Amino acid sequence: MSEIAVSAPRAETRPSFRDRLGHLPVHVVVIFLMVVWLIPTIGLLVNSFRPGDVVTNSGWWQFFFEPTQATLDNYATVLSQANIWTGFINSLFISIPATIIPIFVAAFAAYAFAWMDFPGRNILFVVVVGLLVVPLQTTFIPILRIYGQVGLEGSFLAVWLAHTGYGLPFAIYLLRNFMGELPREVFESAAIDGASPVTAFLRLAVPMSVPAIAALAIFQFLFVWNDLLVALIYIGAANPTNDPLTIFIANLVGNRGQDFWLLGAAAFISMAIPLGVFFGLQRYFVRGIVGGSVKG
Amino acid sequence: MDPRLPTAIIVVVGIPAVLVGYILATEQVLRAFPERLKPRIRPWLWLAPALAFLIFYLIYPTIGTVISSFQDQFGKNWVGLANYAWFFSADDGIGSLVNNIIWLVLLTAITVGVGLLIAVLVDRVRYESFAKSVIFLPLAISATAASVIWLYMFAYQPPGHAQTGTLNAIVTALGAAPIAFMPTSEFKFNTVMLIIVTAWVWTGFAMVIISAALKGISTELLEAARVDGANEWQVFRNIIFPLLLPTLTVVATVMIITALKAFDIVYVMTNGNFDTQVIANAMYTWMFTNGNFGRGSVLAIILMLTVIPVMIFNINRFRAQEAIR
Repeated sequence: MSEIAVSAPRAETRPSFRDRLGHLPVHVVVIFLMVVWLIPTIGLLVNSFRPGDVVTNSGWWQFFFEPTQATLDNYATVLSQANIWTGFINSLFISIPATIIPIFVAAFAAYAFAWMDFPGRNILFVVVVGLLVVPLQTTFIPILRIYGQVGLEGSFLAVWLAHTGYGLPFAIYLLRNFMGELPREVFESAAIDGASPVTAFLRLAVPMSVPAIAALAIFQFLFVWNDLLVALIYIGAANPTNDPLTIFIANLVGNRGQDFWLLGAAAFISMAIPLGVFFGLQRYFVRGIVGGSVKG
Repeated sequence: MDPRLPTAIIVVVGIPAVLVGYILATEQVLRAFPERLKPRIRPWLWLAPALAFLIFYLIYPTIGTVISSFQDQFGKNWVGLANYAWFFSADDGIGSLVNNIIWLVLLTAITVGVGLLIAVLVDRVRYESFAKSVIFLPLAISATAASVIWLYMFAYQPPGHAQTGTLNAIVTALGAAPIAFMPTSEFKFNTVMLIIVTAWVWTGFAMVIISAALKGISTELLEAARVDGANEWQVFRNIIFPLLLPTLTVVATVMIITALKAFDIVYVMTNGNFDTQVIANAMYTWMFTNGNFGRGSVLAIILMLTVIPVMIFNINRFRAQEAIR
């Protein structure tokens, strides 16, 4: 927040009464949307503290009329599962490299697409973006066959590489769009000063793209953390000691059939990490990263 | 201590080191080539890691899908265009395609429209960070959990009984009869309901990317316009919106593709019943439940073909961007 205040002068002057009144519709719309977005989640949160039979027979808001229903049983049940912490740690082991690798690989490609000239550049670029539409389900069988041959099945490396491949079209698209918007003069003056493309990339393009890289890191981490399908196919039964949290949750809810209310408790336990990543990286969405460098 | 911790540290430090090392090494490699050839070889060295991943994980399997689409269910005999003919005659074919078009229009309009609205409005309030977190929250929830949440929202009890669903509690509190929302065959807007659930999840995605672009617009430019007497609407219409347009195209493209690939919410909430079938769910059912790879592959191919108009639009836009910068 402090970065925003420094670079936005209008935040420093005290708003007059008229300014505040003028902002009233803004507050009304923002708060209305926040309430609409929150209600479904609050329903799940409240239900995660109620016994299963009560959840199915009465609305979550009844909780506020009968607070004695409150129970931590759902959380206790989820947390007492054998190996749930292993699943949690495995999810981190899977998600962190599966976020870092595609960001680097995509940044190289995005820079080449944005600032290097070569024949067929635009066509190749849209083919890369077009690969976003390939349904992942169609790739599992051929990839699994090759993984089996080279003995990658069940390993973390198998999912890191797979998530990199699957995440690259979006990552390249987002970063190329952002890098393409950077001012041409910056790169031209760097080239005149004798900087190599590697220097221009590491010293100019990457620092100036920090907001886009932060956004990409948030989403790639989120997709991998919440992924069930890719983990199920490439790790799954082949090596259950490497299974991520999502597989544990799916087994917990699935094996017990009717115990779907446990999902609420499981969902809130699982959400903690991606929300932490979001809060941690949100401070990079600040004004002035690009604006400042053009003048220099 | 987890015995894998040292491995983890090596991986987290080692992988970036290897990747940065690779890009530094490209210039060393280029030294071996005459000056004239360097600019022609360099882009391919920068693209090589990405292309290797894409060819292996996406292009190679897609070639297999194209081949399967001309074969029978066991992938043994060639059947020509029989699977394609099936697509145009089956309920799972055109019906799914129509539903996907409804998805495409509504999901893209809601997520990009509301995402833009929120990104622009929260830029003016002090609780920006908190407001954005609230809209972002559903993205952190898995599709299964999101489906359970919305089954609580849509739940229906006959008139006279206490309602357990949030929406029907509101409807009956307002004095109206409860609505038998999905999943029922009488309800005509099942697909719209699934789209609302998905939009609730994805609006935060649109908002975060649009907001990141919004922060890239220079404050001086906006202040100058305000000093010149432009009102807030004119500032938005004439400065902010045009500058956000490239980002809005990216977000809209990703949302269109998300709508075309719509799968998990449909799979969990209705599995394509009650007129909610979409191509990706039909593909999954034909491939993995019915074990017919020929038909499943045709559905995948149709899905991939629908993206071509979007990509043509993108090519034109990138040419325009390069012409002006």
